[in-house]
Amino acid sequence: MFAYIIRRLLYAIPILIGVNLITFFLFFVVNSPGDVARAHLGEKYVTQDAIDNWVQEKGYHYPLMFNGEAEGLAKATDTIFFQKSLKLFTFDFGQADDGRNISSDVLTRMGPSLALAVPSFIIGIWVNICVALVVVMFRGTRLDKAAIALLVSLMSISGLFYIIGGQYIVATLWRLVPISGFEPGPMAWKFLILPIIIGVVSGIGLGARWYRTLFLESADQDFARTARAKGVSELGVLFRHVLPNALLPILTGIVVVIPSLFMGSLLMEAFFGIPGLGSYMLDAIRAQDFAIVRTMVFVGSVLYIIGLILTDISYTIADPRVRLN
Amino acid sequence: MPPTGIRLRIKRKAVPYTVLLFSTLLLAACSGSWNDPNPPEKPGEIVYYGSFSTRLQHLDPVRSYSSEEALFIDQIYEAPYRYHFLKRPYVLEPALAETMPKLSYFDAGMNPVASDSPELAYSVYTIHLKKGVLYQPHPALAENEQGQPLYLFKDKQSSQQYTTLYDFPETGTRELTANDFAYGLKRLADPKNKSPLLGFFSNYIVGMEAFSKQATELSGEVSGKGRRQEWLDLRDIPLEGVRALDDHTLTIRIKGLYPQFSYWMAMHFFAPMPWEADRFYHSPGFQSRNMTVDWYPIGTAAFMMTRNDPNSGITLERNPNYRLDPYPSEGTPHDEKRGFLDDAGKPMPFIDRVTFRLEKESLPQWSKFMQGWYDRSGDDSHNISASNFDRAFVVSGNGVDLSQEMIDLGITVSTELKPSIYYYGFNMNDPVVGGYTEQKRKLRRAISMIMNTEEMLEIFANGRGQAAQGPIPPGIPGHVEGEEGINSYIYDWIDNKPRRKTVEEAKRLLTEAGYPNGRDRNNGKPLVLYLDTTGDSAGPIADWRRRQFEKIGIQLEYRSTDYVRFKQKMRNSNTQMFGWGWLADYPDPENFLFLLEGSQTSANCQCDGANSTNYDNPAFNRLFHQMKTMENSSERDAIVAEMVEIVRSDAPWFGGYHTKEYYLNNSWMTNTKRHGIAKDAFKYVRIDTDLRRERQQEQNTPVAWPLIATFVGMIMVVFPAARAYRRRLTLRIKPQIKPQIKKQTQKQTGENS
Repeated sequence: MFAYIIRRLLYAIPILIGVNLITFFLFFVVNSPGDVARAHLGEKYVTQDAIDNWVQEKGYHYPLMFNGEAEGLAKATDTIFFQKSLKLFTFDFGQADDGRNISSDVLTRMGPSLALAVPSFIIGIWVNICVALVVVMFRGTRLDKAAIALLVSLMSISGLFYIIGGQYIVATLWRLVPISGFEPGPMAWKFLILPIIIGVVSGIGLGARWYRTLFLESADQDFARTARAKGVSELGVLFRHVLPNALLPILTGIVVVIPSLFMGSLLMEAFFGIPGLGSYMLDAIRAQDFAIVRTMVFVGSVLYIIGLILTDISYTIADPRVRLN
Repeated sequence: MPPTGIRLRIKRKAVPYTVLLFSTLLLAACSGSWNDPNPPEKPGEIVYYGSFSTRLQHLDPVRSYSSEEALFIDQIYEAPYRYHFLKRPYVLEPALAETMPKLSYFDAGMNPVASDSPELAYSVYTIHLKKGVLYQPHPALAENEQGQPLYLFKDKQSSQQYTTLYDFPETGTRELTANDFAYGLKRLADPKNKSPLLGFFSNYIVGMEAFSKQATELSGEVSGKGRRQEWLDLRDIPLEGVRALDDHTLTIRIKGLYPQFSYWMAMHFFAPMPWEADRFYHSPGFQSRNMTVDWYPIGTAAFMMTRNDPNSGITLERNPNYRLDPYPSEGTPHDEKRGFLDDAGKPMPFIDRVTFRLEKESLPQWSKFMQGWYDRSGDDSHNISASNFDRAFVVSGNGVDLSQEMIDLGITVSTELKPSIYYYGFNMNDPVVGGYTEQKRKLRRAISMIMNTEEMLEIFANGRGQAAQGPIPPGIPGHVEGEEGINSYIYDWIDNKPRRKTVEEAKRLLTEAGYPNGRDRNNGKPLVLYLDTTGDSAGPIADWRRRQFEKIGIQLEYRSTDYVRFKQKMRNSNTQMFGWGWLADYPDPENFLFLLEGSQTSANCQCDGANSTNYDNPAFNRLFHQMKTMENSSERDAIVAEMVEIVRSDAPWFGGYHTKEYYLNNSWMTNTKRHGIAKDAFKYVRIDTDLRRERQQEQNTPVAWPLIATFVGMIMVVFPAARAYRRRLTLRIKPQIKPQIKKQTQKQTGENS
């Protein structure tokens, strides 16, 4: 398995270079370094000298991909792509265009992102599995049909509606929790409870329907029938036999997103005023801060690749027949 | 048998969690309002709760040039001058200066001359500073018993325990001196600090350009290979035009005559900077921990920053070293009636702490204001959306009034007519709409007539604005109200108010311009005009604009692009018509009229010129250069009026308006008068904290029944489901044995017996 992981990590390098290349290309097709400088220097009284100075100091004066005027290796290294994008492989994220240290900001913002994403994720999975198993238990009955109709309705509603509706009803009308904001430490629960509930509720429709489909496939198989014949209760059958046997496709969907939890949620963080990495990315795009955008895309890609590797490893744990070769 | 084991285990597990949940809810209920987003206050402390909507980029006074950032910077830094809080029109008064500047004039050989002398080469501003002004407590100024700085670090390791400015246990202060202003201006001149106004001030302050070059050379910076880390002592590099005559006297020498320079001296670009702070922030490793002057200001004003998390919130606290600064005792007659003079002569500030929270979305921000958790509807912007506006105000023939709901809550309104103008512009180099012939003027005037700005403001802005009669907004010298102030090319004065000329009149002008019924007289083709925009080409406002042009048979097409492309088009003059705007830096007509001066076009200045329309009228340019160097006077007003008339005749702008903003204040707020330019308003604000507490409790009683209903609902769902489940588990297949089988069974039984 160790060799497999090493091999997968090596495969990740060209993928990451490709992702960086695409991000770089997309960003600089839309913006020239001069445009980025103008965005940072403001609208008024900006002189060409100030723009040139900004571009020069930030290292955007190099050619994009190939420096024909340089000698030897510098033809490739004295370029914006090498200086700005390939250096990320050493996890040197450098400074944002506003001068702040990106690593420091990422570390600071990871906490609030995780505080929101981890409980939403764990509770969401637990609720989805429970709802799916209960629906499966009543399969073929009116309750099953009503539950499917409800789940389809829930998944048809836009996520934004849950957020705005939840904020309006729970925080504005009922005044049960603050409508938005974040305080680190023990008071954080007060601000997180509503986004977590909204995150869980908005995910039930899709998640529970998907799990129901998976459980239905296993619910009437021989091992389940045998368990019932042995006198195991229906709950016992579902939780002890059906769930473990339907775990592989569930793990495929779940484990891959675990590392991405660090990246936060764009919508939730923006609407609930949670200073996480999701809103960091959004702010950077608005401010045309390429340094942050490229870092976040890179970190996101790395985490996604780690997620895929973890998924493979989780298969070996969930199903001893699986071997990673 | 039902699986009692599972049931019991669930029940046992559920008990502590349920108890915990209810205890938490009970505790929360006992501790006050459940939805209070603010942290607990210290006893007796007066705290202001506000918000900001844009993540801050810079807090360095020489670098920041945004009104959102000025909201913070101007509470911490002071310039030599400031705007009077109450007086209108806007008036400057001394802030760190003792008196208004003394101005003297010199020729090229530095011999004194009169202000109107043709040989005048320099103007020198002499500023006498207040004595005894102290900086806020700051670790950069902390000293040991021998008078040596306490926090000087040779390498990263020796300072690694300090990750924020607030980790330093000791702070110090010292008196402000004239050299600190000189140092601040030298920082502005150092290209490393990327001041957006370096180029602008280099045109005026003597020696600034030379200083910039020298600073760059001495820094030994390698471009693009990393920022200069070590400290460059700017005291060692002379800046010819800025001199500290003694500790409390500063002179600034500028090229030529520029009366508006006084206004610049009221902006944070002129804030003093102690050299010790610059040295401190260049300590090894500080940059990588975001400990820079860009994030941790050091000033002399009423507040100092004690928490800086641009990602979530910023806290300012009363500067304990702030000098005695009494609340103004003069204002307009209206101010007395509104109670703005009730605190006259009392020492400021009236609040101990200002807490700002980052609120990116307007809905939560508005809700918190209505719940009383924010003291005002907005700080960096009014934050009253169109739907909230309808809730907050009633628009009637008499104007805009507060709604009954707001009156019942005791909410008050502060209006702010910003010294700004938003307009549509014609590219004067465009072959169709540009040019200076009478025909082209008539075409532009016809379009100006049919662009019904009053209707647009009514429909899309809840009437929050005023149609422009010229380039100069109300409140700025040169703006004329009433019949004399109307643009007679577009309006008539009827029933004591301006009335837009009719569509028929516009059609007549269009015919005279060569486009009868919107068709080119020469080839019969329809007149199609293009509006460059960053917005959508469909939607209510886009349709509305199209309909305006259709009134006289002109077809309007949109050329939509993203903002970056739009700016490129503007720079390259690759537009026909476009929307644009300007927010003044200072209250002088020159700051608006220069937007139409010929040398400011992109082509002429080879820069991102402020003259977006490429308007270049020699008569206007000549008058501009004449009025630019004049002090406000009736003679100057006459020149301004002449210039405004030229612009109205040429009509390079159309559909212009000046925004009027409405800010709501909760009932416990006083001294809330808005200033269109200055942002240093928090030291004037007063809060009745007892009333706030009372109102907050009234307005935020939690509605607990949904919680109980949810709990009951869950029981109602779970209980029948559990019963159904148990029924299924105890389900038995009833024996349905057929008669012959029964008989056979009985027979077998009999045989066996």
